[in-house]
Amino acid sequence: MNAQAPVVEMTNISISFPGVKALDGVNFRMFPGEVHSLLGENGAGKSTLIKALTGVYAIDSGPADSGEILLAGNRVSFAGPAQAQNAGISTVYQEVNLLGNLSVAENIMLGREPRRFGGIDWRATRRRAVELLRGLHLDIDPGSLLGSHSLAVQQLVAIARAIDVNAKVLILDEPTSSLDADEVAELFRVIRELKAEGVAILFVSHFLDQVYEISDRLTVLRNGKLVGEYRTAEILRLDLVQKMIGKELAILDALERRIVEPGGGEDDEVPLLAATALGRKGSIAPVDLRVYTGEVVGLAGLLGSGRTELARILSGIDRPDSGELVIDGTPHRFRTPRSALARGVAYSSENRRAEGIVEDLTVRDNIVLALQADRGWFHPISRKRRDELAVSYIQALNIRPANPDAIVRNLSGGNQQKVLLARWLAVAPRLLILDEPTRGIDVGAKAEIQKLVVNLAENGMSVLFISAELEEVLRLSSRIAIMRDRRLVADIVNDDLTVDSLLAIIADGELTAVER
Amino acid sequence: MNRMFSSRLFWPVVMLLVLFTINLVAFPGFFSLEVKNGHLFGSLVDIARNGAPTLIIAVGMTLVIATRGIDLSVGAVCAIAGAVACSIILGSPEPGSIGTVAVAVIAALLIALVLGLWNGFLVAVLGIQPIIATLILMTAGRGAAMLITEGQILTVNSPPFKVIGSGFVLGIPVSVVIAAVIFAAAALLTRRTALGLLIESVGINPEASRQAGVRSRGLLITVYTFSAFAAAIAGLILTSNQTAADANNTGLFIELDAILAVVIGGTSLAGGRYSLLGTLVGALVIQTLVTTVYTVGIPPIATMVFKAAVVTAVCLLQSPTTNATFGRWRRSLGRGRPGTRTAERASVS
Ligand SMILES: Nc1ncnc2c1ncn2[C@@H]1O[C@H](COP(=O)(O)OP(=O)(O)OP(=O)(O)O)[C@@H](O)[C@H]1O
Ligand SMILES: [Mg+2]
Repeated sequence: MNAQAPVVEMTNISISFPGVKALDGVNFRMFPGEVHSLLGENGAGKSTLIKALTGVYAIDSGPADSGEILLAGNRVSFAGPAQAQNAGISTVYQEVNLLGNLSVAENIMLGREPRRFGGIDWRATRRRAVELLRGLHLDIDPGSLLGSHSLAVQQLVAIARAIDVNAKVLILDEPTSSLDADEVAELFRVIRELKAEGVAILFVSHFLDQVYEISDRLTVLRNGKLVGEYRTAEILRLDLVQKMIGKELAILDALERRIVEPGGGEDDEVPLLAATALGRKGSIAPVDLRVYTGEVVGLAGLLGSGRTELARILSGIDRPDSGELVIDGTPHRFRTPRSALARGVAYSSENRRAEGIVEDLTVRDNIVLALQADRGWFHPISRKRRDELAVSYIQALNIRPANPDAIVRNLSGGNQQKVLLARWLAVAPRLLILDEPTRGIDVGAKAEIQKLVVNLAENGMSVLFISAELEEVLRLSSRIAIMRDRRLVADIVNDDLTVDSLLAIIADGELTAVER
Repeated sequence: MNRMFSSRLFWPVVMLLVLFTINLVAFPGFFSLEVKNGHLFGSLVDIARNGAPTLIIAVGMTLVIATRGIDLSVGAVCAIAGAVACSIILGSPEPGSIGTVAVAVIAALLIALVLGLWNGFLVAVLGIQPIIATLILMTAGRGAAMLITEGQILTVNSPPFKVIGSGFVLGIPVSVVIAAVIFAAAALLTRRTALGLLIESVGINPEASRQAGVRSRGLLITVYTFSAFAAAIAGLILTSNQTAADANNTGLFIELDAILAVVIGGTSLAGGRYSLLGTLVGALVIQTLVTTVYTVGIPPIATMVFKAAVVTAVCLLQSPTTNATFGRWRRSLGRGRPGTRTAERASVS
């Protein structure tokens, strides 16, 4: 392995944006048949390094941007990602860049459809797409619209697309951020196969378990600078975290599993939210769910189990067609997200790009958006108040760059997620439904956010917490509702649950709802 | 320097200055202003006066485009507003009284509000694509105007009505004053309240805005209604200026000029962030262009081609690709400072 020459060698890469030095003299290399993880906090420069490699950012265009890239020993400088693709570098970018209004098959094969008699051979296209999906054990209709699938499925489709190309180098920028354990396992199986074929794989993830499981080598970036390259087997996790954040991560240890009383202890307590037989045809079977004031309820389940669908109905985004919803003892028909917000129910989407952030607006405007929408256009929030809000959330969530005027599009993925969270925290809802709120967020910030959720709950806010990361669900929730095949199968108090026991329930789903 | 280059207003302003210079060379008295009978005269005044209807419509169009929409019906609304006003004035026993004209103007504006609500309803409630929704009124509207005028060109002789298009207040053409008021009102109303932010938000990401509780329906209806209202005012100015309502020709193709003004001003047809100031410059560019055609002596049949050439040039200069290339040139000339990467970048395919 080590005798081989690197297939990718990037030396002294520097990239600047107005006011930000995103990369500063970074070296990076990849060997054939190795998985190389790129690590660092949100905004450290991981995605930028990848984009420099694939020609999204030119490195030879001026004094501020510089560096040299060798691909299999030859100096290259791609004018764009298409060229990199042709040269054998296949990439799944952090933000899924597929077309929601085309079919799954079309998305996988776009631009390289098999041809026949000068036209596209649709049957062959479909067949090939099915093969690739099967390779990832993804069982969906290739003719269905991509946009109709969950983010996790879209992420898998993007991966299937990248794998199809005969690549020497495969780049995966946070491919697992919305995947469950099962899909991650499938992905890792495929990665190992490719590795055995000699493909060099670049892997980015904020899940250290995954990093340790799959990678042979690590490179750590901090604030755009190279910290170092290590062999995975030779570096302890504690040291690694310390290298990433530049100090010891005390907070992670401090966040012991929360000992909490599940809500509804007293029989006469009125739940904040009570759903009875709430359902929607083709989406989820009728659900009974209660959330009490100040309670964190986890919502767990496998990919496609209906967690997001339930959240969307509770928050007025999709309309239920059966059952009833009672908030604070008064029945409520959520017709729109707006009416749900008016009753204090807010939903933070898992799909921050399509349904969350407003890319071309500033950090400040994104943070105040929901608050402003609630007040109506005629009652603008004063400039001073907007600045106060923006600055306080930038500090609380450590959003970088710490500039309220930064355009959100230019923020790193994790920082965009923090902006979205800030928007919902700013409206101070009574029930906050968080769908994958820590998606793409680094270890340090994740702990901060978890702490914040706990604090908010202690101050009386209820939280419905959805996450593919079961440790996180277990750590925060006093009660866990489990979904399977689009129905709620269990509702259990989180006292002696472990990841394994939870996984077992999720998989069997035979347990009936615990009587309270 | 860099701030100047990257400003969206940079190229439109340059274009305007170039056009001014061409005019100045062809006609040295271009910048001169004089006061005759207490009224301001001069080429620049002509440009402002003739450009007023386009600017007024373009202001409404800017807001519509910011929501990802487009309003093709503004020309037809111009014609309807003119037809309504003229037919009321003609039908009145006292066409010259201020009362009659006031009634005519108010009726025209009210009808425009209804038409705007209709457009807004189609787009916001029925969810019809804006280009189709407003195409309906664009084609049907002129027919309606024909019905109102009964197929005639309605010539009115009403001094108070004539003031709208050709009068002066404090030496300044009334139409210019009206345009200034509309422009200022739109700017204040959208930027001093949260209207601008919400409009941009809906234009950039409708679904995210909906989930954030933005009432996008109401916003869309407001914006289309405002656009029709502005179009009616422009229609009244045009009709008053010609002292006649011509259902076939009043405001013909003015939607295209308005859209061009918006685009030249740097507001993207994809919606989102908008610049009213840019639209102002854009409208001036378009009007100056028309003037240039006359002063330079380009045959009128070539006007359209000339216009197209200028518009192409501005759009090319504004495109991110060209900007990136320019950036590269500037930097390779060694004048660029570090850290001048343009914020807009080629997107990942
Ligand atoms: N187009 C841009 N314009 C301005 N600044 C940018 C742009 N792209 C990235 N940046 C800045 O460069 C820095 C590095 O961003 P990058 O996306 O590489 O981070 P990352 O390591 O991938 O983070 P994450 O874990 O959140 O994905 C950030 O400070 C970001 O704000
Ligand atoms: Mg990234």
